[in-house]
Amino acid sequence: MTDYSALTFTAEHEWIRLEPVSEGSPATATIGITSYAAGRLGDVVFVDLPEVGAEIANGSVVGEIESTKSVGELFAPLNGIVLAKNQSVEDSPELVNSDPFGEGWLIKVEFTELPELLTFAEYQALLGDDALTDDETDRAGA
Amino acid sequence: MSAPFVDRHIGTDRLAQAAMLKVLGYDTVTELVEAAVPPSIHTQSRGELSVIPQPASEREVSAELRSLADRNSVKRSMIGLGYYDTITPAVIKRNVFENPSWYTAYTPYQPEISQGRLEALINFQTMVAELTGLTTSNASMLDEGTAVVEGMLLARRASKSKSTVFVVDSDALPQTKALLVSRASAVGINLVELNLATLSPAELPDAFGVFVQYPGASGFVWNPSAVIEQAHTTGALAVVAADLLALTLITSPGDLGADVAVGTSQRFGVPMGFGGPHAGYMAVRKGLERQLPGRLVGVSVDAVGNRAYRLSLQAREQHIRREKATSNICTAQVLLAVMAGMYAVYHGPKGLRDIAREVAGRATSLAVLLRTAGVVSRHDEFFDTLTLDVPGGARAAAERAYDRGYLLNVVDDDTLSISVDETSTDDDIAQVVAAVAGSVGSVNSVEGTPADSQPSLPAELLRTSEFLTHPVFNTHRSETSMMRYLKRLADYDYALDRGMIPLGSCTMKLNAATEMEAVSWPEFAGLHPFAPRADVEGYLTLIDQLESWLTEVTGYDTVSLQPNAGSQGELAGLLAIRGYHHSRGDDGRTVCLIPSSAHGTNAASAVLAGMRVVVVACDDLGNVDVADLRTKIGEHADELAALMITYPSTHGVYEHDIVDICRLVHEAGGQVYVDGANLNAVLGFARFGEFGGDVSHLNLHKTFCIPHGGGGPGVGPVAAKSHLAPFLPGHEFAQKSEHPAAGGGSVVHGGGAVSAAPYGSSSILPISWAYVRMMGSQGLAAATEAAVLAANYVAARLRDHFPVLYSGDNGLVAHECILDLRPLREATGITVDDVAKRLIDYGFHSPTMSFPVAGTLMVEPTESEDLAEIDRFIDAMIAIKAEADAVARGVWPADDNPLVHAPHTAQSIAVGEWMHAYDRERAVFPVASLVAQKYWPPVRRIDQAYGDRNLFCACPPPEAFE
Repeated sequence: MTDYSALTFTAEHEWIRLEPVSEGSPATATIGITSYAAGRLGDVVFVDLPEVGAEIANGSVVGEIESTKSVGELFAPLNGIVLAKNQSVEDSPELVNSDPFGEGWLIKVEFTELPELLTFAEYQALLGDDALTDDETDRAGA
Repeated sequence: MSAPFVDRHIGTDRLAQAAMLKVLGYDTVTELVEAAVPPSIHTQSRGELSVIPQPASEREVSAELRSLADRNSVKRSMIGLGYYDTITPAVIKRNVFENPSWYTAYTPYQPEISQGRLEALINFQTMVAELTGLTTSNASMLDEGTAVVEGMLLARRASKSKSTVFVVDSDALPQTKALLVSRASAVGINLVELNLATLSPAELPDAFGVFVQYPGASGFVWNPSAVIEQAHTTGALAVVAADLLALTLITSPGDLGADVAVGTSQRFGVPMGFGGPHAGYMAVRKGLERQLPGRLVGVSVDAVGNRAYRLSLQAREQHIRREKATSNICTAQVLLAVMAGMYAVYHGPKGLRDIAREVAGRATSLAVLLRTAGVVSRHDEFFDTLTLDVPGGARAAAERAYDRGYLLNVVDDDTLSISVDETSTDDDIAQVVAAVAGSVGSVNSVEGTPADSQPSLPAELLRTSEFLTHPVFNTHRSETSMMRYLKRLADYDYALDRGMIPLGSCTMKLNAATEMEAVSWPEFAGLHPFAPRADVEGYLTLIDQLESWLTEVTGYDTVSLQPNAGSQGELAGLLAIRGYHHSRGDDGRTVCLIPSSAHGTNAASAVLAGMRVVVVACDDLGNVDVADLRTKIGEHADELAALMITYPSTHGVYEHDIVDICRLVHEAGGQVYVDGANLNAVLGFARFGEFGGDVSHLNLHKTFCIPHGGGGPGVGPVAAKSHLAPFLPGHEFAQKSEHPAAGGGSVVHGGGAVSAAPYGSSSILPISWAYVRMMGSQGLAAATEAAVLAANYVAARLRDHFPVLYSGDNGLVAHECILDLRPLREATGITVDDVAKRLIDYGFHSPTMSFPVAGTLMVEPTESEDLAEIDRFIDAMIAIKAEADAVARGVWPADDNPLVHAPHTAQSIAVGEWMHAYDRERAVFPVASLVAQKYWPPVRRIDQAYGDRNLFCACPPPEAFE
């Protein structure tokens, strides 16, 4: 079960988790797409992620998530530098469907300033009838 | 007297139509259509001064085609330049080219019923990938010239270089260079032409891509690996156009380091056909698969784990990515790719190498004999083509050859080139030598044709790598074996020779045998696209007539038949609009308005014509939201280039506001592009040019009976008002540049080319010519009536079972209707996929799935289906609805019912214990009539995701089938 309250969200259906870092180290965040987005895309077959070291600008397209039905774009939710990309998801794109909030994470980013993001409650309000439930496995298309 | 053709073409007779009208509550078909088509667009022309003659019978049309054919003169072409005479093995000609099981099939979007041509395309892809030495080939391109353009576009998106320069080999084919010029400027690419064979690699400019012709257009074979290596150091990609036959003898582009190989497979048994259709190709190295344009066949598994083929990576196609698309290529040249692949299957690697050695050996003989006669070849290293220096004498030599029945390529006054092909004989060589050397009298004066001449290829480039080692290329040597292989694959597939293909927006109507016959006549099939005008008068007459007929039925002033696919017609039309605005100094007009309901190709074409897409909203009825249109026009008034609109709309409805919509765009200085995909709904009743269109493309493979070929060929002529004529596609080698104009006289098409050949896919134009000639104006209108009647009948009878999503005046639809399956899914859990696959069990090809609205089926019965077949389809849909309802009632579990497990193979009901909640008879014979006439799909439902995650696009190794 995912602890949604530990996450923030964007209107483009991405989630952001701030990682604990030691004093003085730059802030880092892990980014993925929500189960709602994964479900809407359908069976994910390919992810194209930014290279480690790449600078990403809030709102810009930094990658692609391709399903059998469509191609979704990955928008950078903040300004930062890519620290890591999820090699497992590149090799097994179905992880985006089977575990979107866990094993299906996409990139880790180092940043200095957080933009305004949606809280879980705000994201739920955005989804309306499609609000996330405790168990999201079915919807993400696993 | 035989029945008139119109009664053969239209499936419903008077009695049937009366019964259908009764269901709809109309007395006559004309009354129905006039109630459906808004009065504001009814055509004013009812053919009083028609240029379309009264209909001819099938026999008369055959005779007329024969006399047109007799006005063509088939010489021995040694022009080369990418088009070579070839021997189509008779077993392939009869069993593929002339076989409706292959040519009447649709694009393999329903892979379970398309395994035959998917396997044939996998053969083609394997052949191309192995000959080019690259990892992945697509399922064909439209022609070599456009394949090079696509190679350029691919290089730009895959290259890390920021340069806008694309370097072009000066020894490239002239028609390829012309295409690059007309396409590059629209997308901001700068071309730099260099003689790469002599250039020191260090002098290569900064570029995103480098294009090499291999062997060169001059015939010269040189090693481009140093150029390619240098290109890579600056981040550029190397695109190599290679001759597939030559590649059986020389080092592959892949081994030379190329990133992309392109070309044509024409000389693998596909007739020249005065320019097409042929299958172009594109192959890429590992890592570029997802950049490939067009269609790509891959291997996946079905529901029970058996190997099965399907189209891969469809989400990358232009219809999904719309304005973000990087290519507008939709269709392939499936029928021709199948033929070329089968040529390789039949000959095998040794056979291909033998053919290539014979060709290259004869080219050597030619060079030796000419040298003896004092004419020297410019290069010592060549495959099949010699370039000869004949100062001041090129034209005279070509004329002497012409008098002996040979066509040579006059490069300029001082230079000739001569290409040898598979059909060339020793006598041909002797005749040509005599002609070029200027000897008069008997050819016996040329003595000593060297026997067993060796190819004149550079030793460092001799091919050492194996190719076509897979069993499929090493099994079918006897004609019996080949015939049976072709039959087995044809039997896997569902085409129009089995039953109805009610695909919305695809117009799968009859491709009549009389229409098809002339295509393989040598007088149409055997001509080189750059043959002299005197040899192709029959073709030019046929083309002029077809252009003037299409001009009349669309209400435009002129037509170009050059675009060899609908997508290319769109591009040609938009480039004409661009040219028009530029000619008036209106360079800032770059915005193309496109309704949200439009087919994705519209947006992709606009981008490739250098335009920026702005989407216009649609209302709840699927029509253009006029208020939003006004807003968007207001926002972009000074930048407005065009509106692209489909009529009737992609929702299958006759929009009322079309006249106002066109006026609003014109008032703002924009041009109106009417997409002719749905022309079958208005032909004879409304004309695009009359109600406000400036330019349109038509799809001859929809409205005018060219068969779909299993996913190509197509023909996408562009029709326009006279002010756009100067910007319609021209061609450097066109036998004439003037085209008939409405009302008499002629206009010149002076824009850049969009196809490699001047008249595109010329050899299939007799099909549409014959259709119009046999139908006459009234017959064409009668076809529209029958098509609209059939669609409304389907809508009326199915409306109680599935909501019809959109309808227009008087509750009527146009020539197709959208059935909304979303409520069914809500109520029963059964999806549009389940219904589509269950239709296979009932012996049908599914209607169009989830276009233009997700979760729907779009049904277009066309005028050619008879009432019994239409009723059989309706009954099947009703029966499937009842099955879904049974699932909802709990008769069958949601995960074990005949719908979710569809389609059912013979194996599935016969092998092993039957463990399902429904019985076997229900699985495969849900209605009794199927017992007598059953189509058995060869595979169960195919896992799309597996194939895309495990991309494999060549023949699977034989052990995979164990």
